[in-house]
Amino acid sequence: MNSQSSRYITEYQSLDVELPGQNLSWLTQLRKDSLARFSEQGFPSSNAEEWRYTNFSAIEKKLFIPSSKKDIPEINNAALASYRLEGCYSLVLLNGRFVAELSELSDMPEDVQLCSMAQALQQFPDEVAEYFGKTVANEDHGFIHFNTAWFTDGWFLKVPENTVLDKPIQILNVVSENELMAATRNLLIVEQNAQVEIVESYFGLDADTYLTESINEVFIGQNARVNLAKLQNETDKAFHFGGTYVKQERDAFFYHESFSFGAQIARNEIHTDLGQGSECHLNGLYLGAKRQIVDNHTRINHREPNAISRETYKGILNQRSRGVFQGRVIVYEDAQKTDSEMNNCNLLLSDDAEADAKPQLEIYADDVKCAHGVTVGQLDEKSIFYLQTRNIDPETARNMLTFAFANEMVEKISLEDLHTQVLDLLLLRFPQIGIRKEWM
Amino acid sequence: MLKIENLHVSVDDKPILKGINLEVNAGEVHAIMGPNGSGKSTLSHILAGKPGYTVTEGSIQYQGKDLLAMEPELRSREGVFLAFQYPVEIPGVSNIYLLKAALNAIRKHQGLDEVDAMDFLEIVKQKTALVEMKQEFLYRSVNQGFSGGEKKRNEILQMAVMEPKLCVLDETDSGLDIDALKVVSHGVNSLRSADRSFVLITHYQRLLDYIKPDFVHVLSDGKIAKSGGPELALELEEKGYSWVEEQAA
Ligand SMILES: Nc1ncnc2c1ncn2[C@@H]1O[C@H](COP(=O)(O)OP(=O)(O)OP(=O)(O)O)[C@@H](O)[C@H]1O
Ligand SMILES: [Mg+2]
Repeated sequence: MNSQSSRYITEYQSLDVELPGQNLSWLTQLRKDSLARFSEQGFPSSNAEEWRYTNFSAIEKKLFIPSSKKDIPEINNAALASYRLEGCYSLVLLNGRFVAELSELSDMPEDVQLCSMAQALQQFPDEVAEYFGKTVANEDHGFIHFNTAWFTDGWFLKVPENTVLDKPIQILNVVSENELMAATRNLLIVEQNAQVEIVESYFGLDADTYLTESINEVFIGQNARVNLAKLQNETDKAFHFGGTYVKQERDAFFYHESFSFGAQIARNEIHTDLGQGSECHLNGLYLGAKRQIVDNHTRINHREPNAISRETYKGILNQRSRGVFQGRVIVYEDAQKTDSEMNNCNLLLSDDAEADAKPQLEIYADDVKCAHGVTVGQLDEKSIFYLQTRNIDPETARNMLTFAFANEMVEKISLEDLHTQVLDLLLLRFPQIGIRKEWM
Repeated sequence: MLKIENLHVSVDDKPILKGINLEVNAGEVHAIMGPNGSGKSTLSHILAGKPGYTVTEGSIQYQGKDLLAMEPELRSREGVFLAFQYPVEIPGVSNIYLLKAALNAIRKHQGLDEVDAMDFLEIVKQKTALVEMKQEFLYRSVNQGFSGGEKKRNEILQMAVMEPKLCVLDETDSGLDIDALKVVSHGVNSLRSADRSFVLITHYQRLLDYIKPDFVHVLSDGKIAKSGGPELALELEEKGYSWVEEQAA
């Protein structure tokens, strides 16, 4: 047994916490197995190759505990307002548990199932069982097992075939208490020809020291489309793990954008399995300041022919922060005519900032088009000079170029309200950059 | 307006400009020609203040001031403009924003208020028409994905908006088709005035058919090997640079 994680295990045993689906034998067994696996592994340490840049051992020095069912705190709905996106359905998870009063799910088309994971496990456990744990079956690290063992709630969404949801859905993940562990488990099932757009937001409200642990399992049916955006903005005392594991059927389309403003340590994982002729786009912007660590781990499995993957991640790292990009693309033997591009660019704003970029291409098919590029560097001196010859002082030029670097990702956001939110966060996060509103 | 005296410039201890003397008065148009690698772009960069060069000897006076002592942005605010041979692409900074920032920086320098949004749009509309550029280019990132010719037009657009006093054009005509060349020339000619001077760096006489220079200089191996009137360009076209170089030797 891992000596550190044993603390979580022993302490958790004495907790009086209500977990969903405790009456379901398959889930109870799964939780038990996961707990056993977690007790062997503990939280990921930097000994493992896939975690070599990111050491989560600080979590083990603390004890984050799940919120019990009893004490869902009253929070001021107005306080959430600044994070809400207009014109969206919303589902609010407060401290890792669904709060109906804060959510806005009315007028949802009848055949669309959107509810909390706890409700889903109560009302249609067999349907949940059909999908639960399937896309993470081959993932084997402490966060996965910890989540399976201890998730307190989450969300469940099923969009039936040929259904196009009229409005985007915002999943608001809020933590309002310190020393809390908010582990949520989510299932997204989008049947063939269906379409949905989702925004996941993660932030703390009156809390700064906590652990967010969220796992999405996503099933995209034939010719279906999913747009999933993630906005993560946590304090430099919080820990964040968020993983999205996707299975794309034939001709399925997956568009993901990630805006990670960091935590003390944040790890974003996206793994997708591409079916024949399917397409995935992974865009990411991550920002680090102070001593933050932002770690992005993506894996694109080209398992079948004719699939397309496009990935662009950009990082801006200031002060003593560190950004990590590990992007793996695996092209299996049968995946002929794969078309894959991966790019990672990092901008270092201080001498003490660090970027670790590790693109990995593994190709086992022979007729493929794969490209990847990585840059780590400072602002381009030629561009600064060019702007100077256009009357701009060098400091403003640097600020403009930094903003432009980020804006390349931000301007792609199609949801207007999200666009505004991300820009505002950019302003807040880098006051020293002196971004000016009019550049936007 | 501009007085260059005995200018020597090196890069990494390698001498590139070896004693340039050039005087440009208000309202004049000077053409500088010369073989590849003779130092034409270097001279233009020195005027604009590009870092990385060492001036080992000589001086440059601009409107009676020591140009070499001025920061690049101060030079441009005081009216020195360089149209680059190879304009830089700046992803994420929109053309229109750069124009506005450039214009407002000059206005601030001159003690004026920022330009009114409506007035600005009017100015930009006029100037884009002058260089026959589509409005949509304004909303694209500076030079990103622009063709060679579009980049050159964009330089002239910036020049037209900034209304400089000394315009240095480094091979703005290279790579332009004949229609674009006419457009660019028209843009330049319409900016000609008694208090604005031009230094045109070019390899081609055809530019000078459209923009009549007052003087033509041949730069060779870091020195001005010959100066003359517009007829010198024609002679060069006919006899090549070797003729000048032999004479100078
Ligand atoms: N940074 C540098 N390091 C080393 N040599 C340089 C550098 N910049 C310029 N040079 C050299 O200085 C010389 C003059 O270059 P410059 O670009 O000024 O020529 P040019 O006259 O503009 O040529 P072209 O007609 O090809 O544009 C060339 O030999 C060039 O290689
Ligand atoms: Mg040149």
